[in-house]
Amino acid sequence: MNLTLKIWRQTDANDKGKMVDYKVTEISEHMSFLEMMDVLNEQLINKGIEPVAFDHDCREGICGMCSMYINGEAHGPDRGVTTCQLHMRMFKDGDTITIEPFRAKAFPVIKDLVVDRSAFDRIQHAGGYISVNTSGNTQDANATLISKHAADEAMDAATCIGCGACVASCKNASAMLFVGAKVSQYALLPQGQVEAVDRVKNMVAQMDLEGFGNCTNTGACEVECPKGISLENIARMNREFLSANIKS
Amino acid sequence: MSGFFKSSIGRKYAMALSAFFLMFFLLQHFAINILSVFSPDAFNEASHFMGTFWAVQYVLQPVLIFGVIYHFVMGFILEARNRSARVKTYAKNNGAANSSWMSRNMIYSGLAILAFLVLHFIDFWIPEINTKFIDGDMTGLLSNGEGFRYYEELVHKFENPLRVGAYVIAFIFLSLHLMHGFSSAFQSAGASSMRKEKLQLFAKVYSISIPLGFIFIALFHHFNH
Repeated sequence: MNLTLKIWRQTDANDKGKMVDYKVTEISEHMSFLEMMDVLNEQLINKGIEPVAFDHDCREGICGMCSMYINGEAHGPDRGVTTCQLHMRMFKDGDTITIEPFRAKAFPVIKDLVVDRSAFDRIQHAGGYISVNTSGNTQDANATLISKHAADEAMDAATCIGCGACVASCKNASAMLFVGAKVSQYALLPQGQVEAVDRVKNMVAQMDLEGFGNCTNTGACEVECPKGISLENIARMNREFLSANIKS
Repeated sequence: MSGFFKSSIGRKYAMALSAFFLMFFLLQHFAINILSVFSPDAFNEASHFMGTFWAVQYVLQPVLIFGVIYHFVMGFILEARNRSARVKTYAKNNGAANSSWMSRNMIYSGLAILAFLVLHFIDFWIPEINTKFIDGDMTGLLSNGEGFRYYEELVHKFENPLRVGAYVIAFIFLSLHLMHGFSSAFQSAGASSMRKEKLQLFAKVYSISIPLGFIFIALFHHFNH
């Protein structure tokens, strides 16, 4: 496959940045999107051009590092996959592909397609943890009984890899699907009840402080989420937040 | 609860609450207006009751005015905040791939409804307030004293085809606004997805049938008088 790529180039956080067109050749339909980017960078280096910076790590859809807004969608046109799992068979020979960084005020561009998603880390620090006995007092995990339904729902929420596709896809750059998933995974379990009130209040406060937009329930986040995190988690977070504010 | 309504989620609840109230008001407004198609007398009686009963005039009406203003003002505030959350927009964005047109354009359907409300207030509400509270005529009777004036006023307003056209267009925008707004309000209020399918079906029925009913009333009076 031979492709035309329109890629956002930005030398650093202070640069204005611009879209630049590149031709990439000899792309196999079996390659992943990131492998195609590797080929592009090899071709750019051979021409003496600075390679395109992009985030990646595990390349098997679990680390949440890869991002990219491809042809107007987070992680591209396929469903339930991250950019590293997106394959070139989703495109046709001669296609023009637009590649941009995830855009949000709370996700500033560091370079080219790399954005700073540390806002998510700060939200996690605000309440995404539980208290457990350690140092000889460790309790057997099976000692606390949890219903299958609650365990399943908590596990579904916990599959969020924090990639930020929800923020990138939302017309308001809202982080509520991410925060909803993180609140839910603990709210559904008995271990999460100790800090339940403070958790949701602190995580929502941090989310607002980071400058994310407000959810207007378009559902774009749920569709584009590579892990299929449900909007139900946002509804649960809203209930938890109301309940926490009534309690204290 | 300090700071609740300043938070993003608190504002979602507040928008949802005002939306619930406005949707209930719309249903009640339709129930009275549809009477004009079947029975002018029943419409006159209901209108006179709503226009003179103290609890409606001095309790519900101020709450309604507050609800309308709050919904619009908070809608604009949230839209401004949401726009500021993405300073640099995408060169290519395929919003249709993951969300409905209605959900992405609530501000525009809302603005169309606001423009309609200005027309509607000039048409009905301001003359009504003028008659009752400026002129002091609380009788609800025609100037010749032969029966109530409400039905006559309604029919007279829908003689002008331009006004009828504006009403029809406005109700189409209202329908588009409700198609997302109805279920969105429930989602914001934390409704569980277990009830979502039934809720979305009810939302579709409500958001199409009520505006369609208002369009029918306007066209009925235009073509029958």
